[in-house]
Amino acid sequence: MTLLSIRDLSVCIGRLRPLDGISFNLDKGEILGVVGESGSGKSLTATSIMGLLPLIGGKVLKGSMYFDGIDLTTLDEASYRRLRGRRIALISQNPMTSLDPIVRIGAQIDQMASLHLGLSPQKARARSIELMEQMRIPQAATVYGQYPHQLSGGMKQRIVVAMALAADPDLIIADEPTTALDVTIQAQIVQILIDLVRERGLALMLITHDMGVVAQACDRVVVLYAGRVAESNSVEGIFAEPRHPYTRALIRCIPRGGQARGSLVGIPGVVPRVLDYPRGCRFNPRCDLAQPICYTETPPVHADGSAAVACHFSEVRAHV
Amino acid sequence: MSDAASNCLLSMRGLTREFRIGGGLFSPAKVLRAVSDVWLDVPRGRVTGIVGESGCGKSTLARLALRLLDATAGSVIFDDVELGGLKSGELRELRRRMQMVFQDPYSSVDPRYTIREALVEPFRVQRIRLTAAEAKSRVEEMLTMVGLSPHLASSYPHQLSGGQKQRVGIARALAHKPSFLVLDEPTASLDVSIQAQIVALLEYLQRDLGLTYLFISHDLGLVRYFCDTIVVMYLGRIVEILPNAVAKPRHPYTKTLLDSTFEPDPSKRRHISRLSGEIPSAFDLPKGCAFAARCSHAADRCRQERPEMSDAPGHRVACHYPLN
Amino acid sequence: MAQPMHTLVRIVSTPRGAVSGAILLIVILCALLASWVAPYSYDIQNLPGANLEPSASHLLGTDEFGRDLLSRIIYGARTSLAVGFTSIGASVLVGLVLGGAAGYFGGAFDRSVTAIVDLTWSFPEILIALILIAIAGPGLHSTAIAISIAYLAQFTRLTRAQIIGLKNETYVEATIGLGASHGHVLFQHLLPNALTPVIVAGMLATGDAIILEATLGFFGLGAQPPTPSWGAMMSSGTAQIFIAPWIIIFPGVAIAGTVIAINLFGDAIIDALDIRGKLRES
Repeated sequence: MTLLSIRDLSVCIGRLRPLDGISFNLDKGEILGVVGESGSGKSLTATSIMGLLPLIGGKVLKGSMYFDGIDLTTLDEASYRRLRGRRIALISQNPMTSLDPIVRIGAQIDQMASLHLGLSPQKARARSIELMEQMRIPQAATVYGQYPHQLSGGMKQRIVVAMALAADPDLIIADEPTTALDVTIQAQIVQILIDLVRERGLALMLITHDMGVVAQACDRVVVLYAGRVAESNSVEGIFAEPRHPYTRALIRCIPRGGQARGSLVGIPGVVPRVLDYPRGCRFNPRCDLAQPICYTETPPVHADGSAAVACHFSEVRAHV
Repeated sequence: MSDAASNCLLSMRGLTREFRIGGGLFSPAKVLRAVSDVWLDVPRGRVTGIVGESGCGKSTLARLALRLLDATAGSVIFDDVELGGLKSGELRELRRRMQMVFQDPYSSVDPRYTIREALVEPFRVQRIRLTAAEAKSRVEEMLTMVGLSPHLASSYPHQLSGGQKQRVGIARALAHKPSFLVLDEPTASLDVSIQAQIVALLEYLQRDLGLTYLFISHDLGLVRYFCDTIVVMYLGRIVEILPNAVAKPRHPYTKTLLDSTFEPDPSKRRHISRLSGEIPSAFDLPKGCAFAARCSHAADRCRQERPEMSDAPGHRVACHYPLN
Repeated sequence: MAQPMHTLVRIVSTPRGAVSGAILLIVILCALLASWVAPYSYDIQNLPGANLEPSASHLLGTDEFGRDLLSRIIYGARTSLAVGFTSIGASVLVGLVLGGAAGYFGGAFDRSVTAIVDLTWSFPEILIALILIAIAGPGLHSTAIAISIAYLAQFTRLTRAQIIGLKNETYVEATIGLGASHGHVLFQHLLPNALTPVIVAGMLATGDAIILEATLGFFGLGAQPPTPSWGAMMSSGTAQIFIAPWIIIFPGVAIAGTVIAINLFGDAIIDALDIRGKLRES
């Protein structure tokens, strides 16, 4: 069942248009990976869904965003406030700045539950400790009374996840939740997120640049490039038969176990800045397959069921 | 013996480094042992990888290897010369042959310097006088070698992308045609597409110039791709030395690290088992095996007695009960 | 400060920067060209013409010895600015060396420098200046020396904080790795990058130094008669405050105007260079 549906979303900030015709669906009980390099528009997509565009001087230019039947593009701020944190929770990249340094851990989680669910202090406390235990936090009752600076980075990020869950949301948007963490801790957090979705049936939008994390965790994938969707498909489809040259290149950037030396290729050049988007396909300066048409015409989106690709030279075959 | 010695470009012998943290008029300083008793030979012309998580001492080890930091105990021998005994002039001469590429390309060039000035600086600090024409051709040669356009010479660092800046950092390190490069997480703060570009460049340079690399990284996947030997560190000590990229880990920590590295292939998904216990504080290390608190195989002996590195050549491991 | 001219243009294109800059320029020109600009000599006494009100012939009136007040204020600018700039200039220079060395080398040297600096930091500048003048005797030279020592702590601390911050930049370690000497690192990288905030702080301190010089002059410890000094002029004006209030008012206006202009201009520089955070570091 579709929980979040985004159709042809374009966002402008001043005269710039950093998001241009983004479309994807997210079902309940599903993990959607949103991938791309820095500057591809991943975080801005999250900002748009959270209704925080006005904070950065942006607005929705056209397109629609429906969350559980609610039209997010016309939602007023008061209604948005009841949605944010309560039904849509955000886990940000930096656990260090997501917690208030002078408030005890427990009080910060309690606050979410009592604010959104109206729980009594005793109930909120019991619930917070239960959530922390689900997050595999050892000695949760002790940690409940501690301050953020007493915890390691991995522990803080688990607390941030617990806070996101405190109001029992339907959708969690995790913006690079593991980038700042060590690999063993990253693996733990990713597993916690996967278990959450499987056990509670909520939906997770996982923003990441790491194709390894995508392969491990996601059901479906949207590949963004320079503010547009390059390709979206099931995770098997994306890795087994990538249609867009950018997707192919992105996957090739990560060495596989046993890959021969000297066979790793990067993508030449860098993601263009919003001001310098080229005409036609925005990937054309970095694409090894680019033809004259790629420099003049914006590639149409070939869609087939839940799969889509925007390239002049790819036919879509939805991978089952 | 002589054969092994000549194949070994750099050798660390019992390297230990302590830091005194804090401490003032009224409080004693705490001592942090970042690197403990590290013995390691870096073979000539090969890529030796050092992998571990933050706080394992890999960056400190990198700096000790080049004597950018002085060791608290132990010694570093580079091509039969003991670094600790060198006078400052001798050390400066030797620095032409051993160089470092740093993690953060964004601050690796002085913001007031143009790229040209930054590339001429290696010659200035080595007191090599270049004429204007020599400097120009050297700078062009260096930029071309790392795949940058010579037009960038008059740019300032803030006008370059992260990948371009890292290429400038590599060019600077190669100015005196060194034989040994320490690469301290050279791609960790770059996008994956740029990371792959830089790794490809480093591979090309290694083959082309016959360089010896000490490659520091937290990314076991990348290290397994790039390195001939893999050294795994945990809380200041070497716990395992894998002789090649496909060797099966024998230390439970290396196994955990490998299991935490996701491959870009959904058919190779795995369930991440729960790690109990927290990483011990580096100020207060346990007397037994430092990994015992998180290890699922740990026995009483592991908590009481620190495992020594096995002596056998090839695959070496510091564990009482290594995996098979 | 990659492009000083460009920065200057940006500063004077704001109203605050333009007005304060113009006032400063006038004061500096008066000080430099005093013997041409001033209508009279500053030390010719004319007792019958004492305590005259401002008029066409004496725009700001005359003092108790019949000397032209405007001319004395113009010459006074020379004293104030000379003492302010040279004392702060010397203080900045020594502060850069001390703070730079302390921040870069650390260790026992750093601890002793910091201890002394913290000690002087806990006394008011005026007290330090008074103690030093008590030892060296009154006069312009001892005033200038006293002011430089009084402000030394500030610049040493600021430089040290800058250097300690910059020391962790990768390019510093990279340069050491290339084989650079301490001198090269300190003079080619650390000090040039630390310089801008220290110079701006020095500029702001010049305003304070002018007030301190005036205060010492007011107590008769600064410039000795007949050398005109704004502080000393105000001091002598106190006796005539009910008969000839302009003697105390106009030098006061000169001090206030100059110091306000310096502070506003300094603020404009801080905003143009976006270094407010760096100045707070110490």
